[in-house]
Amino acid sequence: MTHIDKMHDGSALLRVKEAVENKFKDGILDAVYVNRELTLTVRKRDLLKVLKYLRDDRRFMFKCLMDICGVDWLGKRDERFDVVYHMLSVHKNMRVRVKVSAGEDEAVPSACELFDAANWFEREAYDMFGIPFENHPDLRRILLDYGFDGFPLRKDFPLVGKVEVYYDEDEKRVAYKKVDMPQEFRRFDEQSPWEAMTGNANLADDPNTFSEEEFKS
Amino acid sequence: MTSVNTTTKEMEFGENFTLNFGPQHPSAHGVLRLVLELDGEVVERADPHIGLLHRGTEKLLENKTYIQGLPYFDRLDYVSMMCQEHVYCLSVEKLLKIQVPERGSYIRVMFSEITRLMNHLLWLGTHALDVGAMSVFLYAFRDREVCFDFYEAVSGARMHANYFRPGGVAKDLPEGLTKTILEFTDAMKKRIDEYEGLLSENRIWKQRTVGVGIATAERAMSYGFSGPMLRGSGIAWDIRKAEPYEVYDKVKFDVPIGKNGDCYDRYLVRMEEMRQSIRIIEQCIEKLPEGPVKVQNFKISPPGRDDMKSSMEALIHHFKYFTEGFHVPKGEVYAAVEAPKGEMGVYLVSEGGSKPYRVKVRAPGFAHLQGFEMMTKGHMLADVTTVIGTQDIVFGEIDR
Repeated sequence: MTHIDKMHDGSALLRVKEAVENKFKDGILDAVYVNRELTLTVRKRDLLKVLKYLRDDRRFMFKCLMDICGVDWLGKRDERFDVVYHMLSVHKNMRVRVKVSAGEDEAVPSACELFDAANWFEREAYDMFGIPFENHPDLRRILLDYGFDGFPLRKDFPLVGKVEVYYDEDEKRVAYKKVDMPQEFRRFDEQSPWEAMTGNANLADDPNTFSEEEFKS
Repeated sequence: MTSVNTTTKEMEFGENFTLNFGPQHPSAHGVLRLVLELDGEVVERADPHIGLLHRGTEKLLENKTYIQGLPYFDRLDYVSMMCQEHVYCLSVEKLLKIQVPERGSYIRVMFSEITRLMNHLLWLGTHALDVGAMSVFLYAFRDREVCFDFYEAVSGARMHANYFRPGGVAKDLPEGLTKTILEFTDAMKKRIDEYEGLLSENRIWKQRTVGVGIATAERAMSYGFSGPMLRGSGIAWDIRKAEPYEVYDKVKFDVPIGKNGDCYDRYLVRMEEMRQSIRIIEQCIEKLPEGPVKVQNFKISPPGRDDMKSSMEALIHHFKYFTEGFHVPKGEVYAAVEAPKGEMGVYLVSEGGSKPYRVKVRAPGFAHLQGFEMMTKGHMLADVTTVIGTQDIVFGEIDR
């Protein structure tokens, strides 16, 4: 009885999974269907073919590319980055997630030729993670300042940043200087050593932690 | 003689003129910097430079517990606050696999629609102001003010409410609020007609919007448009209907669509959406069931104040909830809601623990602004402001 149940049944997505697996075989490294969402992990060289197939096949028509984002798995995996594509089919009412992994400084083929939407989303992924996209028509920074140094959403980028801006009274302009923290950055580690609070995988089956009567007494 | 001719020629058909529009232009809706290449008065190329309002929300979210991260969502699209909270709550709930109690769901839907009204009122006012109609702006803001009062009544804050929480809503409705809301929606019905009377058949309004900023259905999809921008182009797509979250499958409403994909059609779509929102609000109040407004598992929602005075357990839960936060199982999930501006999505990756590993906010305005060049190419400079208005741009969500 979770609200995920209310969404469409998964049979259509399982058909997508089957079709893609049959078509690309080795190209699909992994295809999982969890939480009523289909995630396809594809090999980099097959990425554009898979996206095009999903877009053009009459049975799926994933014509909207809703989102592209990077994920940094520093220290958890050999290939550092994931690039995640979220596609939507307004005709068939389905969503699919396509993932491709890339090492540091390893280029990912750009989807700009397939989807107009890819342009800015890829620029953002480049801006935030430094993932280069091959054949991108205009790979500039998008959200960060012109000439910004570093890629802030990488896990090894400090939360407080490396530089800060201030108004330079002499030069009459805004300038950069190194971050100077008057107080040391406090990192709270609230992770509880208690077993009871960490192992809550069965929360859904557990409607109430303690009974109402116990409460009121 | 020849040289004189060339000079005149150059002056008449000379090189393109580059214009820097914004970032402090009143109709740039915040901090949009547009580099426009003009041929005379015709836009040849438009390159939006964004990011002046970038606050690193996604990075901050990785360093906060799930409940501490919630208020950042109010500040993304700062004219439709609760819809952003909603999508974050949905994503967390999806991973936790919890179900919001029915009363909580109805309250959420009701406030999502009040938020839609607020957003569309602001859009209507500013869009009309950009195009040259002053009075609509004043009327629309008068009504928007009333919606702020509803926000204040439930959460104590007029804008950044922090009212939706993973597992439900923070507090139950105060007594008598539903009555005030009904009075407002009653009045609102007539007022929407009034606003339409001011604009729909207005000669200047139609000259400025009909046939301007056309996005064909094919283009709109390729650019990842959503919400009214997609519906204005004739595609009947609404997440509330397609993937009904909360209780949207229990209320009746229609999804208006446009035909030509121009600014005027999108105007009509949004006006009709306001009427439908009112319909939904009224149904929610009518059907509002009794019961709890949030999950009664006190590991993922705080116990009530009075319980804490008498129960040791409750006190411990309260303390752990607000310091350590709750733990979300490992996994990844994408949740989307039909925010007033379009599809607001959150891609949440959890590695277990009380903080998210990665949160990606999919903002509708980001995709819409990307289509800006496509929509303005070949139009006059004056139409640039019309297109900015019709895209309903807010920089909080675009820059994040």
